[in-house]
Amino acid sequence: MNLEASTQQLSYIANQASDARVNIELETEGMTLNLGPQHPATHGTLRIIVRLDGEQVVSAEPVMGYMHRGYEKLTEVRTYPQVTTLVNRIDWLGSFANEVPFILAAERLMEVEAPPRAQWIRTALFELSRIANVVLFLGDMAVQLGATTPVFYAFRDREFVLNQIESVTGGRFHPNFDRIGGIKDDLPKGWIQETKDVLARIHSFCDEMQDLVVGNEIFQTRTRGIGIIPADVGLSYGLSGANIRSSGVDWDLRRDGGVGLIHDQLDWKVWTHPDGDSFARYWVRLQEVRESCKMVDQILDGIPSGPIMAKVPRIIKVPPGEAYVETENPLGVMGYYIVSKGDLVPYRVKIRSASFNNVSITPWVLKGVYVPDVISILASLYFILGDIDR
Amino acid sequence: MSSPDTTEEGLVEESIESQEDLIIDEERDVLVESIKKDLGSDFIDSHVTPQIDIWIRVTQKAWLETARVLFEKYEMSFFNFLSAIDWKPSPFGRDMDAAIDNTDDEVDIESEMEWGVTGGEKRFQLLARVHNPVTNIGINIKADLEGDFPEVETWIPVYPGANWHEREVMEMFGISFTNHPNMVNLYLPTEFEGNPLRKDFPLLSRRAKPWPGIVDVELMPGEDDDETEESGEET
Repeated sequence: MNLEASTQQLSYIANQASDARVNIELETEGMTLNLGPQHPATHGTLRIIVRLDGEQVVSAEPVMGYMHRGYEKLTEVRTYPQVTTLVNRIDWLGSFANEVPFILAAERLMEVEAPPRAQWIRTALFELSRIANVVLFLGDMAVQLGATTPVFYAFRDREFVLNQIESVTGGRFHPNFDRIGGIKDDLPKGWIQETKDVLARIHSFCDEMQDLVVGNEIFQTRTRGIGIIPADVGLSYGLSGANIRSSGVDWDLRRDGGVGLIHDQLDWKVWTHPDGDSFARYWVRLQEVRESCKMVDQILDGIPSGPIMAKVPRIIKVPPGEAYVETENPLGVMGYYIVSKGDLVPYRVKIRSASFNNVSITPWVLKGVYVPDVISILASLYFILGDIDR
Repeated sequence: MSSPDTTEEGLVEESIESQEDLIIDEERDVLVESIKKDLGSDFIDSHVTPQIDIWIRVTQKAWLETARVLFEKYEMSFFNFLSAIDWKPSPFGRDMDAAIDNTDDEVDIESEMEWGVTGGEKRFQLLARVHNPVTNIGINIKADLEGDFPEVETWIPVYPGANWHEREVMEMFGISFTNHPNMVNLYLPTEFEGNPLRKDFPLLSRRAKPWPGIVDVELMPGEDDDETEESGEET
């Protein structure tokens, strides 16, 4: 018994030793690198287990769930107006934009439409939260590639945008401002002029980023041709937003979706890039901030007067039915599938968040790249952990 | 169906219904007819909201085939999401805030099951959505699943993005996918017991202490109170 066990052990050790010798003689030893959960490139707590062969990635497996808050379960015990408080926390950098598709889906089920003034103000705040979100990305991607200055500019200028959101909604990050049938409050006095000044600042910030980052030779060598995602692969993984537009797919729900917001009444352009690499993703987002500034500028000039709330019952009961509404959020397509049984609370809410699909492509795109490029690709895919884990 | 709260809402509903009769969405209707022809007897039911959305319901064995047809023939190349719905009413009371639990009598609960758009037959329904970014038409696909811990074919051969969605459905609903390369929990710890998004999984924090925000929906004096009784919120 004892003898048998020790023979087995010995043969096992001998096998191991011979394996190790083969490894030394024939190939480089594999190594497992644990990226995160606290890596700055992960915007929160995403952990990626990367298996390396030398400097090259053999496989990458993201590990999620460090921030899973179970919102889909929680929405089943919240009334409809209470749900906006939860969904604010999904993408915390552009939080107003999270409320919009949920409210639009509930409005579709209730067959209520917000009055024009509410829709215009909604669209203005929607685009302002996009600016606040993407401006941070523009600085943050540079800092991950080693340039420390742009991120300070980004934090500085984002603060002005957040101030404008705060002066309307009362919250910098969690406005909780959208209501079924309209919005909570009207604009404060002097807001339009202040916002115009802020937009001018953001325009000059974009020009700065164009010079500092896009025109930078080191930035270009570290991003051009890195992490190329072809359009068909991106679509089948459900990539959306600027990530898919930088692969040459001309698809933007603000122009094509046609729900509830007033983007179709504005003069703007959808930017695409044919390359599909990290550089393209940065470049498209930079252009989108400029377009958003243009949009907000036009909205400020054209806000119609009138009421800000449609007539809705004080106790909101949504009629039975199912609706799916998606909008083009800062991170990509975000949608809510609501199943209602006519109660005060939704029966089931499926939250389709953009980053979840955007990150699910990482095992594919990281295969075969070099270690420094992992950071460049992760940064350019741009995800928010709350948007992955929900 | 819910009764409208006021007469004005009733008027609005009527006008929208008459509009729906007028709007004919040829593009979507033709698409649904064509899909019906391709799938044959596996196609069960469909629903079209003109200018807005399509729902189709297929059989469990045609789940992967449906994806293949939609991807190859109709160029629904954008994978949107994949999830499931548990239609069994919660044994913990309708709003989970009811003072008295429903009895744990399985038969009563089963007979109470009500399905949504395109109907249904079984407790679990898969729900997925794909989208054509060129024509901008999306389609919701549903399939009834047999049994308490159903198995269904994975969508990964057609839409690789379904990988993580299927893992989420597996841990949250207990629906497993055959031929999936990595059928392990996505969010939850490996040793976690139960499937949280099933309706019979209790939300323990809510059982211990009712949600204080529920008092917000109490009626003002003078408003009619027939709504409070049916929703059963006693605080």
